Amino acid sequence: MRAFTVVTSKVAPMDRPNVDTDAIIPKQYLKSIRRTGFGPFLFDDWRYLDAGTLEIDPAARRPNPAFVLNDAKHAGAQILVARDNFGCGSSREHAVWALDDYGFRAVIAPSFADIFFSNCFKNGVLPVVLQAAEVQAIFEMVEADANAQVTIDLPAQQVRLADGRSFAFEINPHHKHNLINGLDEIGLTLQQADAIRAYEAKRRVEAPWLFN
Amino acid sequence: MSRSPDAPARTLYDKIWDAHVVADNGDGSALIYIDRHLVHEVTSPQAFDGLRMNGRKPWRLGANLAVADHNVPTTKDRVHGIKDPISRAQVDALDANCAEFGITEFGMNDLRQGIVHVIGPEQGATLPGMTVVCGDSHTATHGAFGALAFGIGTSEVEHTLATQTLVLKKARTMLIRVNGQVGPGVTAKDITLAVIGRIGTAGGTGHVIEYAGEAIEALSMEGRMTLCNMAIEGGARAGLVAVDDKTIAYVKGRPFAPRPEQWDAAVASWKQLRSDPGAVFDTVVELDAAQIEPQVSWGTSPEMVGPVSARVPDPASVADPVKRSGMEKALAYMGLAANTPITEIAIDKVFIGSCTNSRIEDLRAAAEVVRGKRKAANVKLAMVVPGSGLVKQQAEAEGLDQVFTAAGFEWREPGCSMCLAMNADRLEPGERCASTSNRNFESRQGQGGRTHLVSPAMAAAAGIAGHFVDVRSL
Repeated sequence: MRAFTVVTSKVAPMDRPNVDTDAIIPKQYLKSIRRTGFGPFLFDDWRYLDAGTLEIDPAARRPNPAFVLNDAKHAGAQILVARDNFGCGSSREHAVWALDDYGFRAVIAPSFADIFFSNCFKNGVLPVVLQAAEVQAIFEMVEADANAQVTIDLPAQQVRLADGRSFAFEINPHHKHNLINGLDEIGLTLQQADAIRAYEAKRRVEAPWLFN
Repeated sequence: MSRSPDAPARTLYDKIWDAHVVADNGDGSALIYIDRHLVHEVTSPQAFDGLRMNGRKPWRLGANLAVADHNVPTTKDRVHGIKDPISRAQVDALDANCAEFGITEFGMNDLRQGIVHVIGPEQGATLPGMTVVCGDSHTATHGAFGALAFGIGTSEVEHTLATQTLVLKKARTMLIRVNGQVGPGVTAKDITLAVIGRIGTAGGTGHVIEYAGEAIEALSMEGRMTLCNMAIEGGARAGLVAVDDKTIAYVKGRPFAPRPEQWDAAVASWKQLRSDPGAVFDTVVELDAAQIEPQVSWGTSPEMVGPVSARVPDPASVADPVKRSGMEKALAYMGLAANTPITEIAIDKVFIGSCTNSRIEDLRAAAEVVRGKRKAANVKLAMVVPGSGLVKQQAEAEGLDQVFTAAGFEWREPGCSMCLAMNADRLEPGERCASTSNRNFESRQGQGGRTHLVSPAMAAAAGIAGHFVDVRSL
C-alpha cells in the first residue's frame, strides 16, 4: 500500500451531508473486475449531464457545468472537504478507489460512515475527522480562495491552514502506523498465523459445529 | 458457562467479541476470528486477484459460501445465460474464482441460489454466536441470529480469505429498546424505518446496535432479519437480537446447522447469547411500539422518513442550514412539494424484493393485500422478486405467484434486482417507486429514479391504489 505522511494541496469542497457511496460511484461501474480506472466516474450522476456506463468513453460525455468538481478552479485538489456522514451506504470499496484514482489523497469531514472509513485505510487514503466548526472554517477558506493550501500532517496529526490556523485530529495508532509505513495488512496478519491456528484448535473443541 | 457473581455484566456484543479475539494487538485493535464468509460477484474479483498476485490461498475453505446475486437477471430466460456481457463477465469471474480456489458456490440456476443475505440463514450457514462477514453492507441482516455480522470492503474480503481474521477496533454499543407491541399493519420494516427516523443515518456510527424490548421479542426470525438488515442505514455496521427459542427453532435441521450429535452442546452455548442483566450500553434509545405507524420515506436518505398519515415536511421549518439545504435538494430530486400528504403521492412502479423484504412472510403479506384485486392503471410495472429459489418454490407451493400474476404483478427469478439496479430491472429517470428495499439514495434504483421505502404490504397496497395508502384502512 502507498504510504501517507504529509500532503499539501488546495482543497475541493463537497458541501452536502450524507454523501453516499452510490453517489460517489454508481452501481453500473461496480461491474468492473479491476481495481483501477474509476476516477473518470467519481460522482458520475452529478458530474455529467448524460448517463454513463463502463462502455461509454467519459471524454465523449457532457460535463455538468454546475457540479463543483467541474469548476476549473478546483482542478488538481488532492484534499476533499465534506460534511457529516460522508461515505454512508454500500460497502463498495470502489468508492475509495474512485476518489484515489481521481487524485484525492485525503477527505476531511466532521464524520464518516464506518465501512467507508475502514476502506480508506486499506488504500492509503486518509479520512480526517475534524470538529464541525473546523470543517466549516475550511469551507470558508476555499470559498474565499480556491487556491489556498492546506497541509495534512499525519505524523503530527495536524491539519494546517495557510493562515497559520492548525487543527489537531485523532487517529487509531494501528491505522497511523500502517499508513505512514505503507504496510500490507495481510502480510502483517500472517505473521500471527500461529496464533490463528491456536485459536482454531481451541474453538474446534469448544464449538465444533462452527467447523462443519 | 454461567457468570460468577463478581464477573462484570457483558453485552451480547461483548460476549461474541470476547469469544473471537485471536490476539489483542495492544494498539487499539484486535485480531478477530471470522467464522463465516459469504461471497458474491461484485466485491470479490479484486480480492481473488490479490490472492493470486501474492501467491496466497484461502485460509479455511469451509468458512466460505459464494453466490451470484447482484448482477443476475430475474427473467426466466436466464437459464440460457446472462445477455449483458459485462454482468456475465462478473458472474463468470465468480464461478471461475470459486472453481480455482475450491470455494462452495451456488450457481445462478441452482435452486438454492438467491440473495446472499437470504440464503445464509436459509441454509443454516448463519448460526448464533458466529462472526459473519460479506463484502456487502447488508450483512447486518444476520445479526438477527445473535451473530456479529457486518459488511466489509474488498480489501477486507481478501484479508478474510487469506487469514480467516480481520483487524478490528471494538465498537461502542447502542441499545434500542422498542417497548410494548406494534398495532395491526405495522411490521418489522416500519419499526426499523422508525428507528432510523429517530436516530438518523449517522446515529449508530461507530456502534453495534442491539435491538430489544417486547416488540422485538414478538418478531419472527424473518422480521428480525428485516430489522437488523437496516442497522447500516442507521449508521451501525452491525445489529443484534438476542437468541431465544425462535432462533433455535429456525436453525434446526438446516443443511449447515450443527449435526445431531453436536446439537445439544450448540443449543446450550447459544442460550448464553444475550446481554447480562445490568450490562451497560454506551447509548440507549427507547421507542414506544404503539406509536409506530406504517412508514413511508419521502427523501433521498433513509432518515427522511415518516408515518403514512403525515405530510412531506417543509424545509423552511428547519433551522440548521446544512440540514435544510439537504432537505431542499432531496425534495427537488424527488419532485415533491413540501406539505403534500403522503397518501396523495402517486407511483409509477412497485418493487417487492431485496435482502430486506423478499422472504416468504414478506411475500405472504404482500399477496394478502393484492389477492383478488388489480394493479392500478397508472402503475407501469409491479414486480415481485423472491429472495431465493427456495423462497420462490415455497411461494409457488402456496399459490402466491398466481395471486400476484392475477393482480397484474410480475413474478420473477431470485436476485437483488431493482434494489440497486445492477441488472436490467431499473427505474427510468423521474419514475417513482414504492419499494421494499433499503436505500432511497439518488439514482439507486436507476438514474433519476425516485424511491420510497415501505413495507411489503404498503408496497402492494400502493400498487393497487396507484398511490400510497395506509394499509390499516384497507
